[in-house]
Order: sequence, then structure tokens, then C-alpha cells
Amino acid sequence: MSNPVFDYHALAPLIVLSATIVVVLVADFFLPERDRRLASRLASLGVLATLVPVLTLAVDGADRSILGGSFVIDNYALAFAGFFLVVAYVTILLSVDYIGEGDYFQGEFYFLLLSSTLGMVAMGSARDLISIFVALELISIPTFVLAGWRKHDPRSNEAAIKYYLIGVLSSAVMLYGMSLVFGLSGSVYLADIARYAAVANPPPLFRVAVFLTLVGFAFKVSAVPFHFWAPDTYEGAPTPVTAFLSVASKAGGFVAILNVVYFGFFRAEESWQPVLWALAAASMTIGNLTALRQTNIVRMLAYSSVAQGGFILVPVAVATDAARASFEAVVVYLLVYGVMNLGAFAVVIAVARRTGSGEIQSYAGLGQTAPWLGIVMSAFLLSLAGLPPLAGWFAKFVMFRAVIEAGTPAAVTLGVIAAVNSVIAFFYYIGVARRIWFDAPEEPVEAPGEAEAAPEAAGGSVRVAERVTTPVPAALTVAIALCAAAVVAVGVYPQLFARIGELAAPF
Amino acid sequence: MDWFDSWGLTLAVFLPVVGMVALIAIPRAEEQLIKATALLATLLTLAVGVALLFRFDYDATGSLQFEVDKRWIDVIQSRYHMGIDGISLPLLVLSMFITVLCVIYSWDHFPEPHNPKAFLALVLLLEAGMNGTFVAQDLILFFIFFEVVLLPMFFVIGVWGGPNRVYASIKFFLFTLFGSALMLLSFLALYFKLDTFQIDELARLGGEGLVLSTQNLIFAGLFLGFAIKVPMFPFHTWLPDAHTEAPTVGSVLLAAILLKLGTYGFVRIALPALPQAAQSWAPWIGLLAVIGIIYGALCCLAQRDLKRLVAFSSVAHMGFVMLGIATLTDFGINAAVFGMVAHGLITGMLFFLAGSVQERFNTREIDRLGGLLVQAPKLAWTLGFCAMASLGLPGLAGFWGEFPVMLSAYEPGGNLSELTFRIYMVVAAVGTVLAAGYLLWMFQRVAFGAVREEWESSHIHDIHAPEWVAWAPLLALIVFLGVYPNALFRVTDGASVQIADGIARVVGG
Repeated sequence: MSNPVFDYHALAPLIVLSATIVVVLVADFFLPERDRRLASRLASLGVLATLVPVLTLAVDGADRSILGGSFVIDNYALAFAGFFLVVAYVTILLSVDYIGEGDYFQGEFYFLLLSSTLGMVAMGSARDLISIFVALELISIPTFVLAGWRKHDPRSNEAAIKYYLIGVLSSAVMLYGMSLVFGLSGSVYLADIARYAAVANPPPLFRVAVFLTLVGFAFKVSAVPFHFWAPDTYEGAPTPVTAFLSVASKAGGFVAILNVVYFGFFRAEESWQPVLWALAAASMTIGNLTALRQTNIVRMLAYSSVAQGGFILVPVAVATDAARASFEAVVVYLLVYGVMNLGAFAVVIAVARRTGSGEIQSYAGLGQTAPWLGIVMSAFLLSLAGLPPLAGWFAKFVMFRAVIEAGTPAAVTLGVIAAVNSVIAFFYYIGVARRIWFDAPEEPVEAPGEAEAAPEAAGGSVRVAERVTTPVPAALTVAIALCAAAVVAVGVYPQLFARIGELAAPF
Repeated sequence: MDWFDSWGLTLAVFLPVVGMVALIAIPRAEEQLIKATALLATLLTLAVGVALLFRFDYDATGSLQFEVDKRWIDVIQSRYHMGIDGISLPLLVLSMFITVLCVIYSWDHFPEPHNPKAFLALVLLLEAGMNGTFVAQDLILFFIFFEVVLLPMFFVIGVWGGPNRVYASIKFFLFTLFGSALMLLSFLALYFKLDTFQIDELARLGGEGLVLSTQNLIFAGLFLGFAIKVPMFPFHTWLPDAHTEAPTVGSVLLAAILLKLGTYGFVRIALPALPQAAQSWAPWIGLLAVIGIIYGALCCLAQRDLKRLVAFSSVAHMGFVMLGIATLTDFGINAAVFGMVAHGLITGMLFFLAGSVQERFNTREIDRLGGLLVQAPKLAWTLGFCAMASLGLPGLAGFWGEFPVMLSAYEPGGNLSELTFRIYMVVAAVGTVLAAGYLLWMFQRVAFGAVREEWESSHIHDIHAPEWVAWAPLLALIVFLGVYPNALFRVTDGASVQIADGIARVVGG
């Protein structure tokens, strides 16, 4: 590369996003109270503006590497930068009305959201342990605050405290692991660590180091047995933040795992493969079995996302025998998972606005009272379950493809566990869909004024009309429509995401 | 009309989807418009089917026609590959045809909770999945369409079904899902061993380069996937529940088309792709088939519920189809495809009748019925006619689905044991006698005798106009195929011969 130190084009996404963060924060000081909603506009414009340099870099196509190889722009980094920005944009759409209507600080909310996004965008490019750690903390710390955004709700406080304590603990463990890795390999650069792992027949201590590092990441992606914070935090946090945590923050953790595993530890497979194998198997099984018992939709989705995290880990756990296929599988799975999970949470927000409840019980008869919400919610849930022709099937498909291509006994065993779990997962996803369509709507609990007890024979249309009180706000509608369109489009023409996965694979 | 040769199948699959989208756009209150749109969509689809019938080259029924082969998912080398041969064509047209009749029949018969919009939208989606399965020539495409069918049927049973609908719908869903998961694993295994998802390519390879043990294992996955869908004994337990609880139209579509997806899968994929495994599995498939024939018939004799009886008779009839397939001969496969079409027409008709009887009497319990001939003679005679067709009376379509199957079992293909299959033949023949027994007994109890006291004062309407419109074509076809079976055999023969030859080429004999 001819220009020596700084390639501003490579850094442009980070620069634009940082500038947006500053503008959002400063503008908040000067905006009159009634114009506070401007903050969300600024934030979403900034996110979209950040996509521009990502796209120009993608069109340019050249791999860029600066800061001595710590910061790399390649297809993989760009794919995830784009993904995180789109997720951030959708999260803003989810938040606009939720945050705007509550008595919340708007400027700060978007400031924190974008800061976390900045960490994510940096994560894809990070190729040394320090950058990875900094990016990961940049992702996490703002979300500690966001989780406690509903200050007057004790559950939100509990969510924030739990998340914060466990997050800090995991950072410490991870940092300890990283320091051991550095001590053994003599470098923080992943490229050097890869060389060390390939040549030097690492000592047993290296396994400990890798184990501790991965445990730190396992907390971030809420893999079993490091998932205990997730359901409480997800339930207590404002729902848009939950959506962001379960999709973007989690994907950030997975990108970190991809970085260290594929670019660092890859050749020392005996040190990381068993760990990830166990994490994947436990996450799928425990996540699904616990999800079966949930009565609250957010908690169910929390455990479902633990289980989905297990599915995402499956290809990584068989990576050495199917390097390329497994990498592609993880990328595709993450993209698909992001779309469908965001969509599901968007509908949860919309339904909570109508019924004021997060209980699965309150979804009874949604298909009659709000057919559109019923349809899209069913679509997202069945996509999560992996039913064609919705996007989820292809994610599962590429995962199984990686497993079968690896073909080792360990891989096949994991594949069988994954297959059994896919079937278990159907029970709770279809359970919600069943409530939506098969059950009659619940009578409103607080029957105000004339409780006319409309006779069933009247078709129930009167009653239905009464229940439609709060329309779904425009921003939320756009978010749901975007996700739904993507779920169907990718399901019917998976090449859309498959191509991204193919381009991103660095082998 | 060149464009039709390359776009015909795409139209056949996606016109119903277009219709579904149009339905969704129409407000729920506009019921007449909704029904008209659904009818138009199915009629247009049928028109495509008729055009396919006219443009089909009947001298080359063994080769793929109207072929489309476009890039789809490059990463896994899966292609948008469709085409029909002499086996797909009749089933595809049957599917289009039955869907039109179902829309007509349901015109004034929407089961509770009514909502024609959602119901018809699901029926259209179902049609897209069924048509797609019959035309797909790529395993992944096949798998997608195979699964698309699942969800609409789940909702049709679960929302519009009888009292026990939730249990029935979930049982249906999970059984089929379990089967298709194993089927997908086998597809993946085929891909990794033979490096292709193209069905015609797999048939050309004929399992080349696969050791028998691998073939047998892959076949096992395919077998479970398809056998659950057929359903073969002992995987049939979802069927009586699903049929009994489903609304009439759901039962008709389930019996007439959905069950054929399984048998079609055997003929289209399992046999040609893995001939050696097919040969080693064939005696067992034949055994399960004849057990199904006898078991289904015995269950029918014990049923008190009209719909459940027809459902169990499906198990028996599909046993004949599977026996024909298990002989691995062109004769047997021809008979099996004929059996599929005949069963689709006749059992579809029987479910329509069962639905209409239930609607008039609010019960399907055979013991409470009686004297239908007095109260609604036309309905009763139609029931009698269909019972005769179902028991395989010569001159009606059912005969040509059963008699040639038994004939083909006399001399099975490949290196299959003649003795075994001749025993199967005898058992199957006993099955036809039992079929005559349960169907005639059913007819006698429902139609003959005096009107029961509880119905004496009630006015039982004979066949309505929409019922006539929906049923007349079916009845006519049952007679037509019965007296001129060659109309169908001529279409299927070339393709059946090709499949049987492909097997014989690999396994000898």
C-alpha cells in the first residue's frame, strides 16, 4: 500500500459514525424540549450516511490493512459493518416511539446506541487482541446503561445491574486469557498468534489461555452455561434495547469469536474445538428446553436466542474439517438470525403497545384482532424454527451442510444434537403461532363502561373493532415491513445472503 | 407460444401465489369478490394445466418437457430446475383440477370460523406448494415446495377443523416435519456423495459410485420422509386424526393430492436415484404395503365415523400404490400412478360426500344415519357410486389402480423374489374383498333402511347446485378413466418404462 500511515477511506465509516455520535449528543443540548425527536432523525441519518463509505469500500473491492495489520478492511469486515449499521437503523426505528413516548432522555439514548454500534463496526476490522477487546467493551459498556433505561422500573434496574456485573466479570476473565495468550505467543497480533499456534506445538497453558478467552466471549453471546444474565436482562430492559442486545450485541460477540478462532487460534484446534463443541451442544439443548417452559414472550425469545446462538456455534465447532463452509455458515446464519429476531422483537413491541402485556397468553386471537401482526409474527417465528420458504431454513441448511462436510464423528454427533433441537424448537415457536391463530381473543380485562358481552354469533366484529385502539406507529411499521420482506426474499432466493457469506469467507 | 414452453411451469406454480397476494389485498368484508378472485386464480392455473396438456408431446413422455433451468442458489449448486414428464403431468393437472373444485364446493360451505379470505388464501398457497412439488427437478426446490404444503394444511386443520383440531394439526405437523428433516439429510448426503441436486442427473447416475451400505442408509432417510407422507403402515397414525378433524375441503386436498407427494417422491427420487437400495428395500416396502392394505381394511370395518372410515380406506388404497411401486416394474409403476390419480378422484369425492352428509345431519356417526336413499336419493346414489368405484369395480377408475398392481406383483422386477411378491399379491387380493365388505356395509347402513326417528321431521336437502358443479367433473372422470384407462396409461407409460429400465440397468434382472 503506497500511502503509509492512514488510509482515510478505510477509516471513513468509523469517522462518519463518530461524527454522528458527537452531533447527536451536542444537538441534544440545544434542541428545545418539543423537538427532541430530532435526535432520532439525526441518528438514523448518520447511520445511513455511514453506509455510504461502507458501500464505496465494497465497490472498490481492494483489501486494506492499516496500523500494522491491526485494522483490516476486507469483504468480511465490510459485510458485518453493513449488517450492524442496518441493524442499528432498524433498532432506531423500533425505538423512536418507545423512547419518544416514555419520559426518557432521547439524545443520550441514541448517543449510547450509536457508540455501541461504533464498537461493532470496528470489531469486524479488528485483527489484534487489544483492538478486539476495545471494540468489545465499546459494544458492551453503552448497553449496560441502555439496559437500565427504564429507571423507575426495578426490573430494569435489576437487568442493568446483572448485565453489568456479569459483563465486567467476563471481561476480566477474557482479559486474563488474552494476557496469557500474549505471554505465550509474544504478540497481540492475530497473524502472529496464528503462526505460533501452527508451528510451536503450544504448551498446555495455551489451552487454558484459549479457554479463558473463549469463556469471555461466551458470556457476550450468552452461550450456556454463561447465559444466566440474558433472560432477566432481556425481560427488564426496554424492548428495543433487548432487540439490539439479542441481535447486534450478540452478533458482535460472534464476530469476535470468528476473529480469534479463524485468524488466530485456528491451527491449534485441540485447544478451542472441544470448548466450542460443548458450548454449542449445551446452548442448543438447555436453551430450547428452557424456552419450552416460558410464559413470557420476551423470556421465550431470550432462551430461543440462547439456543440460536448454539446453532450458530455449531459450524465453528467443526471448523477445522470444513473451514470455508463453516465460515460461510456462521456469516449467513448471523445475517438471517439478525433479520428474523429483529422482526420478532418489533412485533413484540407492537403487540405490547396494544395489549400492554408481554405474556404469551396475550397473543391469543391476535390473528383475528390484528391479522397483519399475526401473519408477520407467525412468519418470524416459523422462520426462527427453520421452516421453508422463510429465511431461517437456509441458515439451518448451511449449518447442516458444514456439519456433513466435516463428517467427523464429533461433527456428526453435534449435527444429530442440532437436528433433535431443531425439532424441539418447533414446539415453542409453533405454540405461539397456535395461540395467534387457533385461540379466541381474550376478553379485555378492564371492560370499561358498557360491558355489552357481544354474543359470539355476531361474528365478533364489533368487539374486534373496539380493541383496535392503538395503531402501529409508522417507524415501527417500516421496521417490521423491512424485516418481513427480507425474511421472505431471502427464504425464496437465499443466494442474496449466501453470496455475502461466500464473499466474506477469507479462504 | 414459445414463451409458454419456458414459462408454463413457472405460471403453474406461481399463479396461485399471485392469487393469494391479490386475496390478501382485498378487504375482508368483500366476500363475493374474495371468492371470485380465488376461483379466477385457480381457474387460470387450471387453464395453464390444460394448455400444458395440449402442448405436451405424448410421444416423448419419458423425457422432461417444458423444462426451465435457471441459476438459483449458486453457493450450493442448487438450480431453479423444473420440468414434467408423463408421471408428473397427470398429478400436476389433478392438483389444479381438485383445487378448482374445492373452491367451488366451499362457495357456501365455509366452516366455522368462516373467514373465506384466510381460508382461500391458504388453499391457494397449498396449491402452489403441491404444483411445485410435482414439477421440481432439483432436490432443494422439491424440498421447499414439499414443506410449503405443510403450513397451510396445519392452519386449515387447526383453525377450521373439528373439536379435536389442535391435537390433530400438531400431530400432522410434527410427523411430517420429522420425516422431511430426515429426507433433507438424505438429500444432503446425496449431494456430498454425488455432487448434484438435479433429480434427472441423479437418475442418470443411478447411485453410481455409492457402496450399497451407503445407498441403503440414504434410502432409509428418503423412505421415512416419503412413507410418513403417504402414509404407510406403521407411520399412518396421523392420518385418521388429521382427516377426521379437517374441514371437508382440507380432507379432500389432503387425500387427493397431499398423500401423493409421498408416493410421487418414491417414484421420482428414491427409486431412480438409488436403484440398488430400492431393490434391497423393496421386499420390506412391499410387506408394509400389504400390511397397510389389510390393516386399513380391518380398521375400516371397525369404524363408526364415516370420515374416519374413508381415512382408513386411504391407508389401504395407498398400500396398493406402494405395492405397485415396490415391484420395480414399469407395469407396477404405471399402475401405481394410475392408482394415485384414481384414489385422488374417488377418495376426494368420498370426503366431499362425507362433508355434505355431516353438514345435513350434523353427525358422521354411521349408526345414527340410515335411509339416506329416502331423504336424499341423489346424494345416496352418488355415495353408492363412489363406494363402488372405491372398491375397485371394473369399469370405474378404481379398478385400474388395483388390478394391474396385483398383476405386476406376479412378476416383480430386478432380482426380487417372485415367491414373496406372489404372496403379497394374494394378500392384496384378500384386501380387495375386505374393501368390498366395508364399503358395501357402510353404504348399506347409511343409505338403506328406514329413515331414523331423529331425522324424520327434519328436511334433508338433496345435492345443491355448487355441489353438482364441484362433483360432476369428478364423477365423469371416474367413469371416463374406468372405461378408457389408456388415456392415462398412454401418458405415464413412457416415463414408467424409463424408471424401470433405469433400475434394471443397474441391478440387472
